[in-house]
Amino acid sequence: MNISWTWFHRLASPPHFFRLAGRLAPWFGWLALICIAAGLYGGLWYAPPDYQQGDGFRIIYIHVPSAYLSMMGYTMLAVSAGIGLVWRMKMAHAVAAAVAPLGASFTFLALVTGSLWGKPMWGAYWAWDARLTSELILLFQYFGFIALSRAFEDPRSGEKAAAVLALVGLVDVPVIHYSVVWWNSLHQGSTVFVGAGSDIATSMLVPLLAMIAGFTAFFVACLLKRIQLEVLERESAAAWVREVLEDA
Amino acid sequence: MKSLHEFLIMGGYAAYVWPAYGVTAVVMLVNALLPSLRLRRRIAELKRRADGGERS
Repeated sequence: MNISWTWFHRLASPPHFFRLAGRLAPWFGWLALICIAAGLYGGLWYAPPDYQQGDGFRIIYIHVPSAYLSMMGYTMLAVSAGIGLVWRMKMAHAVAAAVAPLGASFTFLALVTGSLWGKPMWGAYWAWDARLTSELILLFQYFGFIALSRAFEDPRSGEKAAAVLALVGLVDVPVIHYSVVWWNSLHQGSTVFVGAGSDIATSMLVPLLAMIAGFTAFFVACLLKRIQLEVLERESAAAWVREVLEDA
Repeated sequence: MKSLHEFLIMGGYAAYVWPAYGVTAVVMLVNALLPSLRLRRRIAELKRRADGGERS
């Protein structure tokens, strides 16, 4: 087999990643801006009101992308922390540390927007329902990861302990996803990916897809900036940082 | 074509829809600005330190 692994080694190298992230971040930022602007126009203005939920359904355009990113972010956190734990890769720990606050903020948004959607539809801001409770647990897992990674005097011990916690907590992600199927949940079922087709009208679906794409691009742009910051903090004594400073 | 007024009252759901969008906008803006600001400040600080180190 003659597969080249150089790209992987280059990604794992902090100076290379630092420069690459700095170059890519603005592109993702612009992509996010365009998709979110289109999604907001389509979702708040163009799409007709829902036949059951009226204009209240429009919260979907921020709730679904946030909830999706909360789970995506946690998966990324656990996978990169796991890679850092097993292969002792510095970059992987930096990615995990960078994704944690970002993922936590989208988990917070999923909970807040869901709560503001739940009040008019279910009559309550909060219920100890399977979907809602497992999402709240996810928020606490993010907090636990951040707290534990900073709880040790030696940051490397903190990283390792937090990585183990992150991997154990990964079971919550499928629980959140399937909670509406496994339990008789108050939360409505899946909107977009039901069976072969989708359950939603095109004029409502397209803005949702635009918002999901836009939020994802936004997440990537912010993540790249956070990784840059994280790498710089960890490597500030390294020789390559001086070169980067001269470029900047 | 719907009117601006209709848009703003959101069919009676304005009290839920607009706060949801408002909180999201604030949280996303903070996420967008904070790392860039911190990065810029950190780079400036490291530069200052490097310049100082060369002089002494």
